[in-house]
Amino acid sequence: MSGPALSLRGLVLRFGGLLAVNDLTMEVPRGGIVGLIGPNGAGKTSVFNVVTGFYKPASGYVEFSPQEGPARKITGLPPHEICRAGLARTFQNIRLFGNATAVENVMAGAYVREKSRWWMNILPLFPSAMREEREIRESAAAMLERLGLEKYMDAAASSLPYGAQRRLEIARALSTKPSFLLLDEPAAGMNPQESAELLTFIRNLRDEFSLSILLIEHDMKVVMGVCEHIWVLDQGSLIANGKPDEIKKDPRVIEAYLGKEAANA
Amino acid sequence: MSAERGAKKVRNRFLTVLAIISFAVFLQQAPNLLDGYKIRIMNMIAINAILGLSLNLIYGMAGMFSLGHAGFMAVGAYVSALLILTPAQKTAMWILDPIAPWLLGVHAPFLISILAAGLAAAFFGWLISMPVLRLGGDYLGIATLGFSEILRILITNLTPITNGPLGLKGIPAHTNLRVSYGILLVTLFCTVRLMKSNFGNVIKAVRDDETAARTMGINTFQTRVLAFTIGCFGAGVGGALMGNIITTIDPRMFTINQTYNTLMIVVIGGLGSITGSVVGSVLVTVMLEWLRFVENPIMIGSTQLFLSGKPGMRMVIFSLLLIGVIIFRREGVMGMKEFSWDRLFSFFSRQRGDAA
Ligand SMILES: Nc1ncnc2c1ncn2[C@@H]1O[C@H](COP(=O)(O)OP(=O)(O)OP(=O)(O)O)[C@@H](O)[C@H]1O
Ligand SMILES: [Mg+2]
Repeated sequence: MSGPALSLRGLVLRFGGLLAVNDLTMEVPRGGIVGLIGPNGAGKTSVFNVVTGFYKPASGYVEFSPQEGPARKITGLPPHEICRAGLARTFQNIRLFGNATAVENVMAGAYVREKSRWWMNILPLFPSAMREEREIRESAAAMLERLGLEKYMDAAASSLPYGAQRRLEIARALSTKPSFLLLDEPAAGMNPQESAELLTFIRNLRDEFSLSILLIEHDMKVVMGVCEHIWVLDQGSLIANGKPDEIKKDPRVIEAYLGKEAANA
Repeated sequence: MSAERGAKKVRNRFLTVLAIISFAVFLQQAPNLLDGYKIRIMNMIAINAILGLSLNLIYGMAGMFSLGHAGFMAVGAYVSALLILTPAQKTAMWILDPIAPWLLGVHAPFLISILAAGLAAAFFGWLISMPVLRLGGDYLGIATLGFSEILRILITNLTPITNGPLGLKGIPAHTNLRVSYGILLVTLFCTVRLMKSNFGNVIKAVRDDETAARTMGINTFQTRVLAFTIGCFGAGVGGALMGNIITTIDPRMFTINQTYNTLMIVVIGGLGSITGSVVGSVLVTVMLEWLRFVENPIMIGSTQLFLSGKPGMRMVIFSLLLIGVIIFRREGVMGMKEFSWDRLFSFFSRQRGDAA
């Protein structure tokens, strides 16, 4: 087993005077399911935005080890190249291509791996391009089926029920063929039964697609149930990390979530 | 289920081919059935549809609000005209300044000149897209409008190449129904194929959510540059055809008004709908012609109707109509949807069902 799939080293991110991420160093092992938790405004989503290239850190860097090949620094790369390197993500406030159908959403995700050029599909002159288009459509359909979304295949993405939209976002992310998946609050808005199913769902995804997963979540049942390791942020700083059982008992974590009195009680 | 789908697909293909063939037969007969004026309107419908489709790609599909269409049309119109005018015509026409010597002998057949027009417009589109598409959003409209005016003023002042404000006259007319609808058919075919390919999904993805698109590995800047450049190619082709059918071009033809007409086609037809642009072109072209009557004095008894006969009235009325569309049916006639035989059939069967 080689080094971690993802490591953050001394990340600092500022918004004006606000220190959103303060000297964060953490890592995710290959094949692991790791949680990133913390109270509202702790800086969790900001970490995702740095990792995926939307924000440039003031200092520090992110290193990513793809499935094959050596670890490389991805800080400074534009988001589309970070995706090409093998990182995919979902968003806290679902961001689907709303006017497109479910299958078109997944197909658009597969474009990053498409080899044929855009003009090859205008005239039916390139059998390889036509074959690739057909394959992309077929594997998009298969992906929807795998995630239990086949009945929404040709429905507009924005018309799907909430839980289905979350799953569609995951399907779209998976169609970019990632080796690393970042999930920003996958259980948000789900009912207890749905979030219970989410546990096995996430584990199966990891095994089937050989992923490493970093997830942000407020639902403690989900976090404790699925994560093998947990990192806790508060006001941009790391306050604890460890196995779920250790985190549950950690007084600093309890204090950050519930206030001082609860921690002392 | 899937067999039924397959059968429907065959039926729809058949109907589409049948519709195209019957329309072709109609076009063949049109010169015997229609007078010159109506034929000209038919031609304008095809040309406006080409223009509408090209702006629709930029604005409707890729979500870039461009107000530069007239400038790219002008480039196309001039390039095509300069390639098909004979050396004798050119020598006679340039009276303010002599024509640039290299230009005198440049000549190409009509269809090649159309292709060159598209390529030249695409080149200018690509050139401006580099700095301007980085702006995005509302600035894009202003910047493209500015660029379009710059092109127009360049054309007005580069007298050795463009004959300046006098424009070009006596352009050999090659555009007939066969040409204009032939090129429209090719444009339609390419647009449909492009938008049905996965690259079409990508173009729409960039429009719907740029952040998500970038996260999914899409180089959004490159995608927009490409969509913009392809759209400008269409503008060049449409401009060339328009110049050719009028046989006279000058810089005043390509003001913001021209962009505005095309914009109306796209908005009325439905942003992002291919068939919508064709429908929009029919509506706008016919309406613009029909509304000409309000620019003539309308007499009721012996008194002239208020405001009738004022030049520019048809644009006033047209603008009011456009505002009406935006208020009451923002998605245009077609919305983002496309015409399909399935929808037509289900519409009729529903009608029958209601009657029973
Ligand atoms: N683009 C931005 N500009 C300025 N401030 C920002 C920006 N994005 C986030 N912030 C601020 O940075 C801090 C961390 O925000 P972030 O969204 O990362 O928190 P979070 O841990 O994801 O919270 P939540 O659990 O509510 O999603 C917050 O105080 C937030 O207001
Ligand atoms: Mg967040």
